[in-house]
Amino acid sequence: MQKVYTKIDSIAGNVITVAADGVKNQDLAVVSSKHGESLASVIKLDGKVVSLQVFAGGRGVSTGDTVRFLGYPMQVSFSENLMGRIFDGSGKPRDNGPALTDNMIPIGGPSVNPAKRILASKMIRTGIPMIDVFNTLVESQKLPIFSVSGEPYNEMLSRIAMQAEVDLIILGGMGLKFDDYLLFKESLEKGGAMSRTIFFVHTASDPTVECMLVPDISLAVAEQFALQGKRVLVLLTDMTNFADSLKEIAITMDQVPSNRGYPGDLYSSLASRYEKAVDFEGAGSVTILGVTTMPGDDVTHPVPDNTGYITEGQYYLKNGRIEPFGSLSRLKQLVNKDTRDDHRTLMDGMIKLYAAFKEALEKKSMGFQMSDWDSKLLEYGTLFEQNMMDLAVNIPLEKALDSGWEILAKCFTPDETGIRSELIMKYWPKKD
Amino acid sequence: MAMNKGTVVGINGNMVSVKVDDDVSLNEVAYIVLGETRVKSEVIRIKNGIVSMQAFEMTGGIGVGDLVEFTGEMLSVELGPGLLGKVYDGLQNPLPELAEKCGFFLERGEYLKALPRATYEFTPSVKKGDVLRPAEMFGSVPEGIFDHKIMVPFSLKPDDYVVKSIVKKGEYSNDETIAVLTDSDKKDHDLTMIFTWPVKKAIDLYEERLKPVDPMITKTRLIDTFFPIAKGGTFCIPGPFGAGKTVLQQGTARNAEVDIVIIAACGERAGEVVETLKEFPELLDPRTGKPLMERTIIICNTSSMPVAAREASVYTAVTLAEYYREMGLDVLLLADSTSRWAQAMREMSGRLEEIPGEESFPAYLESVIASFYERAGVVRLNDGSIGSVTIGGTVSPAGGNFEEPVTQATLKVVGAFLGLSRERSDARKYPAIQPLESWSKYKGVLDDKMVENTRGVLFRGDEVNQMMKVVGEEGTSLNDYVIFQKSEMLDAVYLQQNGFDPVDSSVSVERQKYIFRKLFTILGSEYALESKDAARGYFNQIRQKFLDWNGCQWGSDAFSMQEKELDNLLNEKFISLSSENEKILG
Ligand SMILES: Nc1ncnc2c1ncn2[C@@H]1O[C@H](COP(=O)(O)OP(=O)(O)O)[C@@H](O)[C@H]1O
Ligand SMILES: [Mg+2]
Repeated sequence: MQKVYTKIDSIAGNVITVAADGVKNQDLAVVSSKHGESLASVIKLDGKVVSLQVFAGGRGVSTGDTVRFLGYPMQVSFSENLMGRIFDGSGKPRDNGPALTDNMIPIGGPSVNPAKRILASKMIRTGIPMIDVFNTLVESQKLPIFSVSGEPYNEMLSRIAMQAEVDLIILGGMGLKFDDYLLFKESLEKGGAMSRTIFFVHTASDPTVECMLVPDISLAVAEQFALQGKRVLVLLTDMTNFADSLKEIAITMDQVPSNRGYPGDLYSSLASRYEKAVDFEGAGSVTILGVTTMPGDDVTHPVPDNTGYITEGQYYLKNGRIEPFGSLSRLKQLVNKDTRDDHRTLMDGMIKLYAAFKEALEKKSMGFQMSDWDSKLLEYGTLFEQNMMDLAVNIPLEKALDSGWEILAKCFTPDETGIRSELIMKYWPKKD
Repeated sequence: MAMNKGTVVGINGNMVSVKVDDDVSLNEVAYIVLGETRVKSEVIRIKNGIVSMQAFEMTGGIGVGDLVEFTGEMLSVELGPGLLGKVYDGLQNPLPELAEKCGFFLERGEYLKALPRATYEFTPSVKKGDVLRPAEMFGSVPEGIFDHKIMVPFSLKPDDYVVKSIVKKGEYSNDETIAVLTDSDKKDHDLTMIFTWPVKKAIDLYEERLKPVDPMITKTRLIDTFFPIAKGGTFCIPGPFGAGKTVLQQGTARNAEVDIVIIAACGERAGEVVETLKEFPELLDPRTGKPLMERTIIICNTSSMPVAAREASVYTAVTLAEYYREMGLDVLLLADSTSRWAQAMREMSGRLEEIPGEESFPAYLESVIASFYERAGVVRLNDGSIGSVTIGGTVSPAGGNFEEPVTQATLKVVGAFLGLSRERSDARKYPAIQPLESWSKYKGVLDDKMVENTRGVLFRGDEVNQMMKVVGEEGTSLNDYVIFQKSEMLDAVYLQQNGFDPVDSSVSVERQKYIFRKLFTILGSEYALESKDAARGYFNQIRQKFLDWNGCQWGSDAFSMQEKELDNLLNEKFISLSSENEKILG
């Protein structure tokens, strides 16, 4: 009963149209050409005219190729057999393992009822002071690394992934460079985590449409594992490539762009993916750590800008360090009230002083005389960068807090810190 | 009347085109029938015989030729007792009840009654033969801390209605007839406790609109003292991501001195709503001693929920606000974020292939924003009582740049602008309201002259700071340096307020008045300071004492002791009070 159509009316970019009856929105089809077969999905219906995006791209598709509608939307197989396996963006194996077809589940499913969500409450320790102290990562958080291109963001991602105590890691690669793919593979193997990792990888040389599928397919699988009680960490790198693939399709479809060529629904498209991060009551959780490279180091570029409005903070990676300004964990206050009673105050106090240090530094660079206070700030800034910001530092939260007090005591008198007296009495290092 | 039907002829995203034979009206609700599932939609354009509808849910699986059923009704909400404490989506579906039915996910096509059947103790306030007009009360039921007025449906046409019958005081179900009215054409109308109202139409059944003058206290110092908001007024909070818009609104929802708060979580994070959901039932409202949730309604259409319902959600929220205003109550509506609502309009406008305006927003953006905020206001009702709807919306400008269509359109219509700055939030100076650029047209609770004078210190401090960046500290006079130090201290101890501190997070007007006086004295005093280092050191000490004081419970012993310590410190170097400040202090 699957009807085959043999006349493709138009081919533009990765989108083809064919006249057909009884087709449902978002259904899959198989496009067969002499180069092989590709899946395609319905993205628009206008009377008899059906528009489809072809996963393998429009290149080489001919008007005489056949289109066969499958009558169901995009799906992925879900079972324990996924573990340790590597797939492409449409769920086809990239390793030498068998194709999986059992227990197919739809991708891009409905969103979680907000009334069924529970508050995030479990800190993920990373050993990185800029994260643990200043921008605490929390289970079920969605948080990207905002990075200038060329920064070691994938290294950082794999370091956090290895350190995090989770049951399962899903790596969604979009436009991933082969080297980076190897980097993840090696570090996961070295850490013995490969058997609890699933890869969905689109590389820079693969078709654009598959790039667009990676987050949905990764998150659909993550969600199912979480419902079974697993704590899943999803790594999505690089979401800017994902956004660019959305842009490409939108332009092909003649949509009016809203900002620098990106479609008006960029925000909603990113949000529907990131909002899959969740802590299920009585079951597992999905945490999303992403990478958003910032074209031209510009946070106001539509991709990082829209992302920042959606995610629960971001780590701003620059010059090999997580910058205190621009970095944020919106969930930190859910956990840092229970870590240690000086955590919150120290966190804000030290950043305020670091802001003052930056001003002093600016004055210095302009050749002004340094006051007593300025000199103190300069010393503080240097120590802060060495002991807190350097990514080589790997210490538990409590040690990092102690080290914070040491730095303050070395540079300032208590009343110069703007920290309330109770905490000063409790934590200010005693002179010996 | 036979149901009007149509068939699907096209689908583009969440826009569905339909061919119909009969009459259809704009904003009419229709359902796309997919076997057992019915997908709710709203008519948003009718052109050349083709009806464009925005579907309130995902359109996957819908095909050309599918059946569409039109309801003949505009998109409406149910009004009646039982709204308080509820959590709804943008179309007034109760989310907790939906969760009970469907589990973790928002399944397509599931719609539940906004006001489930319940019984209330009804007390009639009129008798047989009395004459009533729409929106007049004919009885009341207790709802939490209020008497919920049961009114003649607003949608009845203006007329004199004679009470034909009315039930005695007692327990009645919200869906049973409790009164029958007869109109001038001798037609009878059965009334229950519930009626509906189309969300896109403002409820305007009142005597007259008044000028907003009474301040609405937020317990945030920077707002109440410097940029006050009036009951029935409007304000906006634009700011880049992470600057603190949501935290500020959550705090306001908690602390605002109003009767009812309606939170419209519009197109932002679901997690933030969960925070409110878990917190509010636990927190007590100091004004009533009851859980905050009992005065709150949450309309929650977060970013991953369908876009069209997001567009509807702000109207649902404001309609509920207007309903309670009709009972003579003060209602605060907080919408976070209005930009997401504007974007929903943009998405739809794009699918309709309308001619785009600036940044592809539709050309009517400005007028739509204006008419939304226009629904705020203080009104004198027909029975002489006063009610108000205050609207505050956050704005999320692209790239944090206020020169964009939504921010600009909003600034044209609101009465107060609380602009958040990235610079201040980066430096953890919360709330990150820019004190030099923000403004309010409303009158506050503190002495105007004192406030004006104190803002002057901020401006002069900023001037000195700018100058110091050019000439350095060494090129700055001691006098100017002291002004700078004073403005920094003012910033640290008064403008900044920790939203997560148990005491500092909400400061009563009484306390604001008290400590502001003290601050005003310090700012106007001359101290014996021989050098800049001495000045800096001294003001650091004052700051320290003041911050500790801010952490003390109002009226506690610790509070008075800390004040004494502060006074002692101030007396150490005090020389004189400026004549201007002395005069203002009186
Ligand atoms: N008043 C405040 N006090 C302390 N921290 C704050 C305050 N306002 C904001 N923050 C911090 O900044 C983060 C982002 O604030 P949020 O209101 O979510 O920003 P926005 O809504 O503008 O994107 C919060 O999670 C919190 O860590
Ligand atoms: Mg926000």
